[in-house]
Amino acid sequence: MISDLFTTTVIIGIISSGIRLATPYLFASIGEMFGQRSGVLNLGVEGQMLLGAFVAFYVTLNTKNLWLGMLAAMGVGAVMGLAMAFVTVNLHATQGISGIGFYLFGMGMSNLLFQKLVGTVEGVKGFQKISIPLLGKIPVLGEIFFNQNALVYLAFLLVPVAWFVLNKTTLGLKIRAVGENPEAADSLGVSVAGIRYLTVIMGGVFSGIAGASLSIALLNVFQQNMTAGQGFIAVALVYFGSWKPFGILGGALLFSLVNALQLWIQVLGIPIPSELAVMMPYVLTILVLTLSVSKGQGPSALTKVFEREG
Amino acid sequence: MPPKQATADLRLKDRAGSIFDQLMPIFATLAALLVGAIFLVLLGANPLTAYGALLRGAFGSFNAFAETLVKAIPLLLVGLGTCIAYRGSVTNIGGEGQMIIGAILSTWFGLTFTQLPGWLAIIIAMLLGILGGMIWGGIPGVLKAYFNVNEILSTVMMNAIAVQIMNYLMRGPMIDPVQRDAASQIPQTARLIEAYRLPRLSPTRLHLGLLIAILLAVAVYFLLWRTTLGYRIRAVGQSQPASKYGGIDVKKHIVAALLLSGAFAGLAGMMVVYGVNYRMITDGSATGFTGNAGFNGIVAALFGQLHPLITIPASVLFGGLLVGANAMQRVVQVPSALITALNGLVVVFVVSSEFFRRRSQKRRLSQSTLEQQKPGDGDLRQEAGEA
Amino acid sequence: MKKVLPLVSVLLVLAMFLGACAQTPATEPPAASAEPLRIAVVSPSSINDLAFTQSISDALLVLKAEMGDGLEYAFSENMFVVDDAAAAIRDYATKGYDIVIAHGSQYGSSLQEIAPDFPETVFAWGTTVDTFGMPNVHAYEAASDQGGYVNGVMAGMLTKSKIIGVVGPIETGDAKLYVDGFVAGAKSVDPSIDVRVTYIGSFSDVALAAEAATTHIAAGADILTGSAQMVVGAIGKAEEAGLYWFGTQANQNGFAPKTVVASQVYHWEGILREIIALRAAGTLGGHTFTANLQNGGQVITMNPEVELSAEIKAKVEEVIAGINDGSIVIPKP
Repeated sequence: MISDLFTTTVIIGIISSGIRLATPYLFASIGEMFGQRSGVLNLGVEGQMLLGAFVAFYVTLNTKNLWLGMLAAMGVGAVMGLAMAFVTVNLHATQGISGIGFYLFGMGMSNLLFQKLVGTVEGVKGFQKISIPLLGKIPVLGEIFFNQNALVYLAFLLVPVAWFVLNKTTLGLKIRAVGENPEAADSLGVSVAGIRYLTVIMGGVFSGIAGASLSIALLNVFQQNMTAGQGFIAVALVYFGSWKPFGILGGALLFSLVNALQLWIQVLGIPIPSELAVMMPYVLTILVLTLSVSKGQGPSALTKVFEREG
Repeated sequence: MPPKQATADLRLKDRAGSIFDQLMPIFATLAALLVGAIFLVLLGANPLTAYGALLRGAFGSFNAFAETLVKAIPLLLVGLGTCIAYRGSVTNIGGEGQMIIGAILSTWFGLTFTQLPGWLAIIIAMLLGILGGMIWGGIPGVLKAYFNVNEILSTVMMNAIAVQIMNYLMRGPMIDPVQRDAASQIPQTARLIEAYRLPRLSPTRLHLGLLIAILLAVAVYFLLWRTTLGYRIRAVGQSQPASKYGGIDVKKHIVAALLLSGAFAGLAGMMVVYGVNYRMITDGSATGFTGNAGFNGIVAALFGQLHPLITIPASVLFGGLLVGANAMQRVVQVPSALITALNGLVVVFVVSSEFFRRRSQKRRLSQSTLEQQKPGDGDLRQEAGEA
Repeated sequence: MKKVLPLVSVLLVLAMFLGACAQTPATEPPAASAEPLRIAVVSPSSINDLAFTQSISDALLVLKAEMGDGLEYAFSENMFVVDDAAAAIRDYATKGYDIVIAHGSQYGSSLQEIAPDFPETVFAWGTTVDTFGMPNVHAYEAASDQGGYVNGVMAGMLTKSKIIGVVGPIETGDAKLYVDGFVAGAKSVDPSIDVRVTYIGSFSDVALAAEAATTHIAAGADILTGSAQMVVGAIGKAEEAGLYWFGTQANQNGFAPKTVVASQVYHWEGILREIIALRAAGTLGGHTFTANLQNGGQVITMNPEVELSAEIKAKVEEVIAGINDGSIVIPKP
């Protein structure tokens, strides 16, 4: 039975599913990474994703325009990010808790708006699969990597772009400085508040895109609470990846591939209790991180309040 | 103005200002409800009727108040754990999972060993609830201290794992034998025997757990303010958290913080089973069992300014808010999603209001210091040590 | 700030007190039919989840359309915390609602305590068969294995690959009953059919349900079914792959018109009518109701947009008749 897992179909299936499942995590987690790099922890990603998912769905449903839907999701995410930034930077609110508040608010609002504005569950025509011209034809690899939804490509492209911005641009330098030593950055003329506003709003935008990737690309539907905790996993993955884009990529893939694996285990009838299978991604993520040697220390100013003297 | 009069005036103004500060979370809640009123109007509900229903639902009758207290018990317990943990600079978001594991352990005991005297069984069950929570909080603690695994990651994962364990046990090994044979297959355990249930204040659902929780709150107060250990815990917490203290000390405090807050969460889980439902039921999610107490308990602690004794009224008020909101839903028939959104608004507003409280407190302090005629005049309170 | 905030707050609190006092306490309406019948429902998920809770909501909408002003009802959805649900049930009873429906199997323990306190109120508990022997508690359930069986038979006849995939939430309760019936139905057509069941561990994770469906399809399944609100993801994948889906709990035909062959729909209104009638005649409880194919509590709603062969249609009639007259017994796993 276990040997059934080692066939081409299964391996293609697992990797293919894993890539799709990883997509929302990549968007949300990279967004959160920027915020955390500048010193802000946002636990409200789940709420932003849900609201973003709904808004994208609703706008697309009514305007039949996917780009408007995506823009709307980004907008809603930005607004929630703005609120979080204000509460964090200006009001010095305890970050872990304020995030939970935004999560509850986003979840409640998305469900409320869905009930009142849409009412019944229905589908929408979302972003489609794009088959990359030549590469898509390669036997095994083509099917897995080059025959995915448009937003999947975007998510994976985001990783090296984020790496570049973080490590090779002045902006990235400022972000990292603010997260490591805000007093020093401040004395050098970097606006700590400005940078944090920027990264937290950016994080909100990406969370919105993550939600949209579900409702108007991968699943083409909105159902209440559809993210089912993915926002929290996305935050956790930032730690797993040691605040590095490629580390996050590794984490997202690990989690998603194991999730895809457990589905195959169930489908093939390998006799383990379903709950045990469902547990696998969570257990393995902890295990791998525990055993891995290189773990980042994290931005020193993460969750700490910064007040300008004078 | 004669010096004595000036001092007396100052003390009055100071005290009034201090009370204002303590009530800040309440003002914040009211502000959030004000925003909520806008949504109510948009949904076609009358905010006056709605909030009137909220108030009545929370405190309007003996029974309503009892319900509020029942709701407050797990909030208080998780809140107490948060009070301690926060001083170790840890926000434990694993409360949901810790409640579940504590509940599982204590329920298993109560169902397996049915020959003991009631009072003994309850005590053992409490200890097991605490143990379960400690294990589930201790694992992230150890992983953090010795393997540098961030506790936010580990607690998020552990919460999910706890839910799966609960689901498996409730539909499998721990399922009520009656259910196993029935067609309905409800994933719940058998009921605890009569003797093992926490006594209630009939005819309400208020159970002994309240008394236990309040006693624990007092105990935590004594721990933090009257023992050496408590002094040390507070010292670490008062100076800027973690970063100032490098090395082993911080690690041990993280582990201890997670162990202790986990312990309280685990006890909260046991209380839900032994005090309210007398059995453990799952609906597949964490919130179905905990009612978000793992998160809301943290908010209650903030409401209570992380002081164990103030967390008591804070939990009651917050519990009232939650109970009242549900009552409000029943009266004006708004979608329950609005209640969740309101819950979120309250959390954000309360957490944000800390800013105003601290600023006002600082201002008062510097004012009173400036205007004090003589040093050592008695009323100079230390901000940090304010008990 | 310092002066305004407390002032506004005091005003708000005053307003709330006014609102609180202005409300006259609810009185129990007289039994005379001049007053409308008041029903309250407490349910664990959302009113439009296209599944469990929606089914009871739909039933009440039907009754409301029938009874007009003669019926007044209140609904508390998303009561998945048993505690809150218990408070809701008690509250509705206290407010004098004539019938309180506890639409969730997890509410049993709470009902056991509450019902004795309100001997004039009719309580209905679903989905289960236990009335606790109490004179004012009815129990109702759905024989979902029946609808599952019929769906399974159709699936068994339609499958070409002899592999069928099931996407379930968690392995208990109503979902399990349906799945067990479904498997039995498929196997009754051809015992060699492989029905593979996955439980994704959540009621809401749409993405995971979609991937579960994709996995089934990649593993060779050409017919899919499943239960609970997250299956909308799975249905979408079936639609994409051009395969068939069988729905349960609510009418999913409209969601994917070319994909959903039939949905087993719960129609609770028949049971509700009986409960109302019994109450009018003076009986407040003690009955167990089963929604099944015979009494119209379960309806296999075929999707008119999916063409089925005459053979399959005939078989469906035959199986339904067989279940109704008892000649077909659905085996337990």
